[in-house]
Amino acid sequence: MSEETAVRGETAPALEVAGLSFAYNGKPVLDALSVAIAAGEFVVLLGPNGAGKTTLFSLITRLHDRRQGEIRIGGFDMRRQAVQAQARIGVVFQQPTLDPDLSVAQNLAYHGALHGMGRREARSRAEAQLERVGLAAQRRTRVRRLSGGQRRRVEIARGLMHSPRLLLLDEPTVGLDIASRRELVEHAHRLCAEEGVAVLWATHLIDEVRPSDRVLVLHRGCLLADERAEALPTRLGVDSLGEAFDRLVDGESPCE
Amino acid sequence: MRVMPWLNCLRGVVGRELLRFLHQRSRFLAALVRPLVWLFVFATGFRMALGVAMTEPYQTYILYEVYIVPGLVGMIQLFNGMQSSLSMVYDREMGSMRVLLVSPFPRWYLLVCKLLASTLVSVVQVYVFLAIAWAYGIQAPLMGYLYLLPALLVTGFMVGALGLLLSSFIRQLENFAGVMNFVIFPMFFLSSALYPLWRIREGSYLVYQIAALNPFTHAVEMIRFAMYERFNVEAVTISVAVAALLLALAILGYNPSRGMLARKGAGGD
Repeated sequence: MSEETAVRGETAPALEVAGLSFAYNGKPVLDALSVAIAAGEFVVLLGPNGAGKTTLFSLITRLHDRRQGEIRIGGFDMRRQAVQAQARIGVVFQQPTLDPDLSVAQNLAYHGALHGMGRREARSRAEAQLERVGLAAQRRTRVRRLSGGQRRRVEIARGLMHSPRLLLLDEPTVGLDIASRRELVEHAHRLCAEEGVAVLWATHLIDEVRPSDRVLVLHRGCLLADERAEALPTRLGVDSLGEAFDRLVDGESPCE
Repeated sequence: MRVMPWLNCLRGVVGRELLRFLHQRSRFLAALVRPLVWLFVFATGFRMALGVAMTEPYQTYILYEVYIVPGLVGMIQLFNGMQSSLSMVYDREMGSMRVLLVSPFPRWYLLVCKLLASTLVSVVQVYVFLAIAWAYGIQAPLMGYLYLLPALLVTGFMVGALGLLLSSFIRQLENFAGVMNFVIFPMFFLSSALYPLWRIREGSYLVYQIAALNPFTHAVEMIRFAMYERFNVEAVTISVAVAALLLALAILGYNPSRGMLARKGAGGD
């Protein structure tokens, strides 16, 4: 037991997905997906709309779990050790999920309570995270008054309050202007480098990918590529990541 | 197992619900105006037509507006329970339901916290309503207001769990309006909230049978008896049993692998 815990503690991948399949109304949405993400790694999940990105996130966060295959967070099985696994995930959902009528601090306090934190602990953790995203001064502001980019940063702060090993971001830049988008991408990279948090960043926007990022290309539920962004065009014999992406998602039956 | 984290979670969910309630003054006003309109307008008009003879638990002849107050208390809770599940559907679309569900606490516990939170909001509404009714002259024994509290908790859980169960089935907000019509109105009108069962029987035996089976009737009678310092064993037993059953079904409905959530898939892509 203690040996097992020690292994999980540090060396287990932040996220481990093995043979994950999910079908909806008889149609496969995810097909035997396997991927592992190490601590501190920044991974972009790239896929057109309808590729299965949100489904994958729903399964990883256990919104539902009628699926085949394994999901482990920091070594904890999402089904058998749901409490430990879920405590190690932070999520920024595609839709905004802050309560617009409540203040930033109230929203974060709610999240802290949902993770079992006491009032004081929640407050100090919230303050530390708001400091990081540069919104410490807006603590008492109602979320309704914040800009789209600020709200996203609050959601990132919230997702990190309970010190997760894995941060999931589901198309977090939707609706943001270019400056806010760039800032958000940068912030997420810093988190990996400085905090050792693993980040899985889902998007359909190629320009959010940096050459050194590891890229997963998901299309119709199948993983078509898993390599450095800079290596992908070379392998496919094209000039840019954009072309490589187009080439990959053009195929008829992607799982072959 | 440490207890504090669980209590922190409960405090967070209840605190958020109360904060939201305070911020939505129009919702509070609507919740209050609805039963008051019934009390001041409907009951006054029907007082002449529907004098109520002596019925348990009342010990004298009573005015109609005295009779319908417990029914209106039930109505406040019914509307609040449905409204909070409406906000569940809305929340799920808006995503804050998902924030609740990614908490590491077991899902049944999260749903119980949520139900308790919405029940407490309805308790606040009920006591404000009863205070106004008191000022208007409809006064129950003082201790009755204390005995009422557990009855309100049971009713709150019953209607809240029903709403939760429905919200796990309903995908879109539009469908929910229909459910309001098909659930709230039949439950309210086909019950002893507005007329005593014996009087309904005089009118239609079929309607009487439906009303006697309606769990809301038993909740209203539980409230009515509690307000007059009486314990109606049958009403309490049925209400508690129905509340427990609905709660179990609602938890099942939100179970990640068995419930409707799984069958509906993730939504989006």
